[in-house]
Amino acid sequence: MAKVAVLSYIKRKSPVHDLVGTTKLIFFLAWSVAVMVTYDTRVLVCFLIGSFAIFKLSKVKIKEISFVLGLAAVFLLMNNLFVYLFSPEYGVDLYGSRTLLFTIAGRYTITAQQLFYHLNMTMKVVCVIPVALIFIACTDPSEFAASLASIGVSYRIGYSVSLALRYIPDIQREYHNISQAQQARGIDLSGKDKFFTRLKNSVAILLPLILSSLNRIETISNAMELRGFGKKKKRTWYVQRKMERNDYITLFLSVAVLVFSMVVTFWDGNRYFNPFL
Amino acid sequence: MKKLSVKSVVAIGIGAALFFVLGKVSIPTPVPNTYISLQYAIQAVFATLFGPIAGLLIGFIGHTLIDMTSYGPWWSWIIASACAGLIIGLIALKLDVNEGIDKKKIVLFNVAQVIAHLLAWGVVAPVLDILIYAEPMNKVFSQGLVAGVANIVTTGVVGSLLLFAYAKTIVKKGSLSKED
Repeated sequence: MAKVAVLSYIKRKSPVHDLVGTTKLIFFLAWSVAVMVTYDTRVLVCFLIGSFAIFKLSKVKIKEISFVLGLAAVFLLMNNLFVYLFSPEYGVDLYGSRTLLFTIAGRYTITAQQLFYHLNMTMKVVCVIPVALIFIACTDPSEFAASLASIGVSYRIGYSVSLALRYIPDIQREYHNISQAQQARGIDLSGKDKFFTRLKNSVAILLPLILSSLNRIETISNAMELRGFGKKKKRTWYVQRKMERNDYITLFLSVAVLVFSMVVTFWDGNRYFNPFL
Repeated sequence: MKKLSVKSVVAIGIGAALFFVLGKVSIPTPVPNTYISLQYAIQAVFATLFGPIAGLLIGFIGHTLIDMTSYGPWWSWIIASACAGLIIGLIALKLDVNEGIDKKKIVLFNVAQVIAHLLAWGVVAPVLDILIYAEPMNKVFSQGLVAGVANIVTTGVVGSLLLFAYAKTIVKKGSLSKED
């Protein structure tokens, strides 16, 4: 099994990289909440343009994230397909009117309302993708724990997250080693074996992985305990930086984004924008 | 809230890393485009060993990391993953696996994981899908049910085998006997 391609931090100089982790986290959360709440096409279009602008600003190259975009495209396609297969006229219920364009077969019709619903649903997901990817690509993992703590999450949980990020490569390597060793002994996980045999075979890989992880937990927690982790209520972080002008501007923008989307969305009573009325 | 112990902090971190790594490994199933989600078996084992808060955070952190590095966060399913860990931990923590394991404990573990996955994928995920993404009801419930059943099978088979094997590696109290 080859190493899986995973998106990670890309060190570079850009206005987005220069922002403090806390600012980026708050902006990302505000952005996701705003996009989650709204279903208003006008707001979504603004967000779409905004997310591309941020992408441009971050100086991350399309090439570096193209594999992620491929996954996202497949995911979106499948989701749209399933929604259509299950409820081909869901948009009609949602928007309260029916404009039939043409019929494929039986109950599978194409209506303007359904197409409009699919457009909105897709935009809702697409708006978040660039921002999420940029957040991962432009935030130093060690700074991320500090920023979690600074928005009020308990520093213990912040430390858990930073441990997770620190040990992902190690565990990936270990998984790879164990699975190769077991494959050499004839234990196969690929499609060649029967389903339940495959499930049972996976135990042969997972058990050594769990046991070594439990050992790891023991070692790390002893080391942390010896250094007095968790004795005090607060904790300082080596990587934490001071906020600068751009950070305050971004924080202001986060609030503005939230307020703007709520106001425009709920101006006419509900979260949908209905052009068919 | 009770403060997390140092050991739980580390267990959450390592557990989330395991959840992430296994989530990225794809083991095919007979159904096209679906994969065995081994990460839920690991989550259930860790929730049994370290408790509900660990189960919750392993699911939340691990699933968020998986989503963020592949196609952007799908919050409703992330929250469902977290709920599954929480419920398994709440029921199964009392098992005290470190004191050895028997048939009764395995049954209880499976009861816990079936309840947890049914609630998480049959209720939490679809309801949030409807609230957040306004998806049609029949789609989200069938999707949730399929995912739930798949996770129940994986956790039931792999999780139980792992717990059995794990309990065997622990030296029990009074396992030494005096030589005559």
